[in-house]
Amino acid sequence: MPTDSGPCPYELVGGGFGMQRLKWSERIGQSLNAIVLGLLAVAMFFPLYYVFVVSFTDPGEYLQKKIVLFPQRWSAEAYTYLLSTPAFARSLGNSAFLATVGTVCSLAVSSSLAYALSQKRFYFRKVLMFLIVLTILFSPGIIPNYLLVRELGLINNIWALILPALANGWTVLLMKNFFDSLPAEISEAASIDGCSAIRTWYTIVLPLSMPALAAFGLFFAVGYWNQFFAALLYLNDSAKWPIQVLLQNMLLNASNIDLVAPGQQVETPPTEMLKMAAIIVAIMPVLVVYPFIQKHFAKGAMVGSVKG
Amino acid sequence: MSVTEQHFSTHKGRQTSSKRNRRTKWLSALRRDRSLYLLALPGILFFLVFKYIPMWGIVIAFQDYSPFRGIQGSEWVGLQHFTTLFANPDFALLFRNTLAISLLNLILFFPFPILISLGLNELRNVTYKRLIQTVIYMPHFLSWVIIAGLTLLLFAKGTGLVNELFALWGWPRVDILTNPDSFWIMVTLQAMWKEAGWGTIVFLAAMASVDTQLYEAARMDGAGRLRQIWHITLPAIRSVIIVLLILRLGDIMEVGFEQIFLMYNGAVSEVAEVFDTYVYRTGIEQGDFSYSTAVGLFKSVVGLVLVVVANRLVKRMGQEGVY
Repeated sequence: MPTDSGPCPYELVGGGFGMQRLKWSERIGQSLNAIVLGLLAVAMFFPLYYVFVVSFTDPGEYLQKKIVLFPQRWSAEAYTYLLSTPAFARSLGNSAFLATVGTVCSLAVSSSLAYALSQKRFYFRKVLMFLIVLTILFSPGIIPNYLLVRELGLINNIWALILPALANGWTVLLMKNFFDSLPAEISEAASIDGCSAIRTWYTIVLPLSMPALAAFGLFFAVGYWNQFFAALLYLNDSAKWPIQVLLQNMLLNASNIDLVAPGQQVETPPTEMLKMAAIIVAIMPVLVVYPFIQKHFAKGAMVGSVKG
Repeated sequence: MSVTEQHFSTHKGRQTSSKRNRRTKWLSALRRDRSLYLLALPGILFFLVFKYIPMWGIVIAFQDYSPFRGIQGSEWVGLQHFTTLFANPDFALLFRNTLAISLLNLILFFPFPILISLGLNELRNVTYKRLIQTVIYMPHFLSWVIIAGLTLLLFAKGTGLVNELFALWGWPRVDILTNPDSFWIMVTLQAMWKEAGWGTIVFLAAMASVDTQLYEAARMDGAGRLRQIWHITLPAIRSVIIVLLILRLGDIMEVGFEQIFLMYNGAVSEVAEVFDTYVYRTGIEQGDFSYSTAVGLFKSVVGLVLVVVANRLVKRMGQEGVY
């Protein structure tokens, strides 16, 4: 991360004799600062820890104690129950579809446009860039978008969550900035060798941009996985719901109607535990890709916020 | 042919040929780089269909739109929906709630990432610093559904952890989620939990670009850590703070829609209804497409004006704007 790779101002004082040069009041300040930040991190982490721990507690123990900060008997019962319910498993599948297919489509559409716009010989690039920036500044609002999706006959179609989200002004802008930073000679040389723009984009520029594409892709994937409102608007059929809408129904509307395990008469784990297990399952994919995002995100997040 | 006539005709000729030239210029550009324009085509189509057709769809704000008659067949009513909105007592309520949430956000949320990043910048142990960063960035990637769910699991009156603890200590149970008095502060704290850590990135980057020699020199001159923060670190991030502050002011109409939508319940509707939730309720739930589009348009226009003004201010201060 750039924040760390930059020269650390305190390296000089950090080791060896340096420490001794600090006044005792400053050392107290240092420790106090470290403690306060540590407490902050603990406070931010605690909700996730609590939900994780309770979801893995033995149902009997949870019902008896109500407050579990560290279980004596672990159990994955809530998970086995939850994952055996068709509704939950199906919504996970829907979200996985969104996060994979959607991300690939988004990357293709956004990067092709951004690369084309980064080429100086593109005739209408100024006008197009202006029109793209305009979409960032002005949004027509929920209803016109809803009516468009309805006119296109996409209601109750999972593509209603992908097509309107294929690209957005910010991403195209950031990607164009990135392609601008690649040496122009690459595209020129390819063009002189008779390589078409499409082939240059696909066989030369994209492979060269893999790290950046990975970062953009991860952001797209997290965005699709977390997509909630569009799904609420466009999908009435609960069989097509992504995980976030199912979660909303489970956690906030307290409807467990769909969450019935088939066949055998299993004892239902406490609702609270099911909710917590559902949260953990829903954030698991994000937690898995998080280290990779973290490696990249500072780059991605920085390009737009601070230029140069 | 007289001289003037001749002159006139050649002039005319030149004009048309230059027009034709311009036309053939972009046509030949298209032909020469067919592949390049083909590459841009899906993206351009996307923006046309999904960003610009809805902009055209705004016209229904000035109609009595009926889905059966379509935009062509619907009756034009001028600014009727806007006058209805301004006369509606809900309007003042929407404005008050939006401003209150934005203001709290500005006072409580905005300084928080700056304080955290100042603290992080003072940490000597790189591993510890990275650990804390890893933890506090993470909530940014969680959806609002999850965060609303976590809030419920922790604070619900019946089974939430906090209330179970209160019960254990013999304190009365408190109801935070359906209390109109605490709604604004609750959504602000939620937003802080989710985004404050992420918000430090931009400040930390600005701090990392400070020349370390400045700190060296300050220390030689006997400046303590606090004075170094005051005289070196803070001035280094001042421009970033100002830019973000102005942009935040430009975004005052934007209050997290998904968040408020999810935390909304009947008990807090008085304080929780903002423009976007109102549009959803009148438009999607009640099917009043024209009126709700007008409400959304009003919000978007005010937002656009604020952002443009804010950006101009940023530029006037010699900073690079967002566009």
